[in-house]
Amino acid sequence: MPMLEVENIHAYYGNIQALRGISLTVEEGEIVTLIGANGAGKTTTLRAISRLVPLREGTIKYRGDDLAQFKPHELVYHGIAMVPEGRGIFAKLTVAENLDMGAYSRTDTEGIQEDLERIFGLFPRLKERRNQVAGTLSGGEQQMLATARALMARPQLLLMDEPSMGLAPILVESIFQTIQDINAEGTTILLVEQNATMALQVAHRGYVLQTGEIVLADSAAKLQQNEMVQKAYLGIE
Amino acid sequence: MLQRLKEIDMLDLFLWVFRTVILVVVVWGTIATIIENPYPTQTWMETIVAGIAQGSLYALIAIGYTLVYGVLFMINFAHGEFFMSGIMTATIFLAGPMSASGYLDRHPYLGLLWITLVTMVVSTAIAVLTERVAYRPLRYAPRLVPLITAIGASFFWQNYFRGLFGSEVKPFPQIAPFAGKITLGSIVVLKTHLVVIIAAILMLIGLYFFVMKTKTGKAIRAVAENKDVAALMGIDVDRAISSTFALGASMAGIAGVLYALVFRQIHFFMGFIPGIKAFTAAVLGGIGSIPGAALGGLFLGMFESVGPGLFLEGLGIPAPHQLKDVIAFTMLVLVLIFRPQGILGERLAEEKA
Ligand SMILES: Nc1ncnc2c1ncn2[C@@H]1O[C@H](COP(=O)(O)OP(=O)(O)O)[C@@H](O)[C@H]1O
Ligand SMILES: [Mg+2]
Repeated sequence: MPMLEVENIHAYYGNIQALRGISLTVEEGEIVTLIGANGAGKTTTLRAISRLVPLREGTIKYRGDDLAQFKPHELVYHGIAMVPEGRGIFAKLTVAENLDMGAYSRTDTEGIQEDLERIFGLFPRLKERRNQVAGTLSGGEQQMLATARALMARPQLLLMDEPSMGLAPILVESIFQTIQDINAEGTTILLVEQNATMALQVAHRGYVLQTGEIVLADSAAKLQQNEMVQKAYLGIE
Repeated sequence: MLQRLKEIDMLDLFLWVFRTVILVVVVWGTIATIIENPYPTQTWMETIVAGIAQGSLYALIAIGYTLVYGVLFMINFAHGEFFMSGIMTATIFLAGPMSASGYLDRHPYLGLLWITLVTMVVSTAIAVLTERVAYRPLRYAPRLVPLITAIGASFFWQNYFRGLFGSEVKPFPQIAPFAGKITLGSIVVLKTHLVVIIAAILMLIGLYFFVMKTKTGKAIRAVAENKDVAALMGIDVDRAISSTFALGASMAGIAGVLYALVFRQIHFFMGFIPGIKAFTAAVLGGIGSIPGAALGGLFLGMFESVGPGLFLEGLGIPAPHQLKDVIAFTMLVLVLIFRPQGILGERLAEEKA
């Protein structure tokens, strides 16, 4: 049984249809990437999984359970966390408080403390700035914080929405390295990216989204070789 | 282009004249008062203490406006009724009977504790109920809708309590240890004023600690910034919003008890003016900001208390103390025009929609 099974989902914003029957699966331990142009419906797909966007049709199953029975705030208690688009850090809270909020669903004080140390090891910059208000961080640091905050939930499935957006190339490298590290430690990742080149390098499998529909699904290696993908998303003529 | 330039100039000119006139009135009045020196120092001191006490009440009530605005970007005009409902209920069912039976004379502190507890519970319950029934269904409606609903809720609770307990003024009993005055160094102050000030300071510190340090407080702040992301963290947004209303209403409840100690009159309409004043205080301090609400309340209370004697007396205006509401609302208008973000806060209308 796949860890996440999205089947034929349709979603609307008012009368505008954003998703036209998306189906995808994520197996335990994988990094799966969802690539596509701006407005293709990547964010909407993640928000639908997180129950922040209602479905008009279709089902989303997580470890066999239909997610429709859960409210958005219940998902993290079942092991699903998200790094939202545009980071969505709490700008007025301190770095430490943001991380506290990441662990909001947990009660194991010792485990939280351990994870905090581990995450500060992964992101030393955040440790230096733990008492600083998050809104004063640089873009790259905010992205680290958004990722770190999601990790504080100790998720089994991590949904990431364009973690590389707006970052300097050197930071993009390090974010993708982090993604691989997190995955190596056992977290399954569904990664939405516009930076298809990098995403396909770290992912095991990928889906290509176009105007609310999946137009291609394959292993990351095969997608990298695909002529249409090369032309449209990898900038190779 | 020239036309437009002219319009801006006219508006600026008008505002400049407006500001200058007010400034001249205040400065002129103040100088005239100082020269005339109509009151002894003692009176000024008492006026200042009364202003701080009044301001403490405004501050406690203003917290509710600011907290709710912080999470919902809505002005909860029914907040004055949360203030009224608790102390009204406690007066009818507790303070009145306890006074009649002599219990309040025998156990004044315990009696006051019961009154306070019941007041807080009722105010909180009314607030949570109002949010659940009247505001929550409109969470995603355009902003004007919940605003109008809040005004409706305010009328509803006023008339509900009038229907329940009648429209006459109910006396709140004198509590013996707090009767009379006390001498502090060279000034003499009402004991009730002192109680109000101390209680308000303790409550505000407690509230600040709660919002900054507890898990619920942090959840409220997270919800205030971004509801969707807060939900992703596992925060039950509806519950956090309920907690916000409860927190604001319990502060209003305490303010109700303190108000009753000072003024000793309870009435179904008693929430209206303090409610509007506290809203003014919240805007003054910067709506959405907790220290702003405290500061705004204090400032407004002082201004109202000291202002008439200081700026208006010297101008030869008869009975200047009757004009304290004029001062308060002039101040609201001035703040809205010249500094809509208040002393500490962010802009009222723009941003976050
Ligand atoms: N809040 C919204 N209201 C209306 N339309 C929206 C909203 N969010 C997204 N859309 C529309 O839905 C489609 C998919 O958007 P989105 O999922 O954000 O795409 P992506 O993340 O791939 O850039 C787009 O056509 C976009 O304009
Ligand atoms: Mg997007």
